[in-house]
Amino acid sequence: MSDNVEVKTLIIDEQEVSARRGQTILQVARENDINIPTLCHLEGLSNIGACRLCLVEIKGSNKLLPACVATVYEGMEVTTNSERLQQHRKTILELLFAERNHICAVCVSNGHCELQTMAQDQGLTHVRLPYRNPQLNVDASHERFTVDHNRCILCTRCVRACAEIEGAHIWDVMGRGINSMIITDLHQDWGSSACTRCGKCVQVCPTGALFDKSKIGSDHPKYPDFLPYLNLMREAQ
Amino acid sequence: MTIEELEQIAQSVSQENAKFDFEVNVCMDLACASQGAEKLRDALVKSAEAQGKNVLIRRTGCMGPCSSGPLVRVDPDDVLYKRVKSDNAEAIVSSLGGEPVPELQCDLSDHFDKQVRVVLENAGHIDPEKIDDYIAHDGYKALLTALTEMTPNGVVHRITESGLRGRGGGGYPTGLKWGTVAKAGGDMKYVVCNGDEGDPGAFMDRSVMEGDPHRVIEGMALAAYAVGASKGFIYVRAEYPVAVARLTTGIREARRRGLLGTGICGTTFSFDIEIRLGAGAFVCGEETALLASIEGKRGTPKPRPPYPAVSGLFGKPTLINNVETYANIAPIVRNGGKWFANMGSDRSKGTKVFALTGKITHTGLVEVPMGIKLREIIEVIGGGVPDGHTLKAVQTGGPSGGCIPAEMLDLGVSYDALMKVGSIMGSGGMIVMDDTSCMVNVARFFIEFCMTESCGKCIPCRAGTAQMHTLLTRICEGRGTMEELDLLVDLCGTIKETSLCGLGQTAPNPVLSTLKYFKNEYIEHIVNKRCPAGVCNIEAAVPAVPTEVLA
Repeated sequence: MSDNVEVKTLIIDEQEVSARRGQTILQVARENDINIPTLCHLEGLSNIGACRLCLVEIKGSNKLLPACVATVYEGMEVTTNSERLQQHRKTILELLFAERNHICAVCVSNGHCELQTMAQDQGLTHVRLPYRNPQLNVDASHERFTVDHNRCILCTRCVRACAEIEGAHIWDVMGRGINSMIITDLHQDWGSSACTRCGKCVQVCPTGALFDKSKIGSDHPKYPDFLPYLNLMREAQ
Repeated sequence: MTIEELEQIAQSVSQENAKFDFEVNVCMDLACASQGAEKLRDALVKSAEAQGKNVLIRRTGCMGPCSSGPLVRVDPDDVLYKRVKSDNAEAIVSSLGGEPVPELQCDLSDHFDKQVRVVLENAGHIDPEKIDDYIAHDGYKALLTALTEMTPNGVVHRITESGLRGRGGGGYPTGLKWGTVAKAGGDMKYVVCNGDEGDPGAFMDRSVMEGDPHRVIEGMALAAYAVGASKGFIYVRAEYPVAVARLTTGIREARRRGLLGTGICGTTFSFDIEIRLGAGAFVCGEETALLASIEGKRGTPKPRPPYPAVSGLFGKPTLINNVETYANIAPIVRNGGKWFANMGSDRSKGTKVFALTGKITHTGLVEVPMGIKLREIIEVIGGGVPDGHTLKAVQTGGPSGGCIPAEMLDLGVSYDALMKVGSIMGSGGMIVMDDTSCMVNVARFFIEFCMTESCGKCIPCRAGTAQMHTLLTRICEGRGTMEELDLLVDLCGTIKETSLCGLGQTAPNPVLSTLKYFKNEYIEHIVNKRCPAGVCNIEAAVPAVPTEVLA
């Protein structure tokens, strides 16, 4: 460690931890085996603070901060799992389940889905909100992959992976509010888009929204762990 | 351009004006223009020519009481005429020098007497397309004085001393913000003006940009000098074409006069402004979304910190203020911070422009000192609720604000007082509602607005406002249950605390405030399946059961 690296000490969930200047709360927490739930965050991609599941309480402030982007400071006292936070996390997950058509039993990602796992971890047993049941398309025009908008949670990991890692930027978000959709190119079919067929978007997708056609009907685990290694190798070059 | 040259221009304008015996000012703001002010002006010019009278006919910005438009004011007698048609032009011109036309004359002394005009001081008195008119009213004097006699720090200090707080809604102390940007390092800094006014029922910023564009330009130039910026952007929504045109003219004229550009007033200070148009997204009024939009990206907010003062436009330190905030700067620099701090209440200094709309006699723009009682604004300045109806509530702060019930009219208007009762100052929209308004329906209207204007980035705002809208619609249609009402309250809490930006964080306010003060209306819809105001169309699925049967 060089001399100019400042060390901060802070408290996360009553545990005293040390961190480097500029680190986010999430990074420090994970280094110390403290789990903070995340959905839109993915190691290797930029952070956007959009899913609001990683919100944590900071002592002395009434405002909740997203752990994925909030940086640490000396003497900070963080609570990651209070009853208030648990309630909010459950409600946010409920909102996601009621927003589109998440039917685990018929999903390729059943058993490997981050949304499903998250709901189980957070103890979500039922959804109180009315299901919106929107009628959304499935685009199977691509020779290898399919996008099922019914399962998309708009985390935009695919958008970031395509733009930041692959450099193709064929994915983006269209529309606004509840009508937001991820699209390929300027809302063309995925099959006729400028897609490079690298498949990174499929691997980073937390749900069954993006999947490999050859895996339909079989187990479809995803492996987004390649991202940090890829970044590391690129930095080394 | 030097101060002497500025004074010369002012002098020549007053000499020019002195050549005329009378001045007839015609309001050309949107409300008046839509009722034929343009035709009226032409008719006035023709009549003046026909009658051989020496009259200066001037087009001006908003005079205030829009519901009485088209408005005409005759100077030096200071006679105000309302609802003037082009047929009346002849009568007005012939009355000049004699008795005013009685049937057109309007006495709005109650309306004007309680007002204090700082931001709107020139509105209705100058031609917004003529820079010389503005200069004749002490325009650009503050800028040139600051450039030649004050240090940038001195300007920041003066703003801090004035106690001015951001007029965009948040109420952040302006001096503090300027100080932060001034201290930020880096060779490039930006000054941005937020003219993306989007609250339903709010039109203060539009009127300022249309009626007195140079005031905004001067305020921005002063800000740029204070914080060390050399480039400014005005972000205006494209739905304000007149404001865009006036600002464009204003910037061009200011450049021509050497008040924008390189080496202003012979100093080393350089500053120029560009206009950027919004494409109809309410969320772009949120500062980080606005900056993203200027950069050419999708207008979605970013988590703060980092605040724009540290890392803003193109990653550089950026000062971002609202139109009305900038409009206050020149008078403060000219008259001193103490002058401004003497107006208003304890922690809210100065004046505030409100757009009075809804069920009120004099709809239009008013500017009042902070701390004034809501009752005075509604009953005296606004002329009360018309047609014998009774006031039910006042909605302030647009979709982020709340409804204040009639019982609380004696509340003094300030940032903190409004916050305390569950509303906010907001940008200054004030919607008056009478007994014909259903508060559940009002809440649903604002939630629908937030739902369609949500950018969709964060889950609580995107899906939460949609769910709230569904639940409120069910209540309005008489299909709601008490359990759903509890769920609605729950949802409000999560959306308020977890949303990414101000839009989501404040979206539940209309529901929470109406639930706080008008819960009986919700219960009436749910339990008795009836809308007390008779607004909601509840089909009698379950007929209301009279209480005596239950007993």
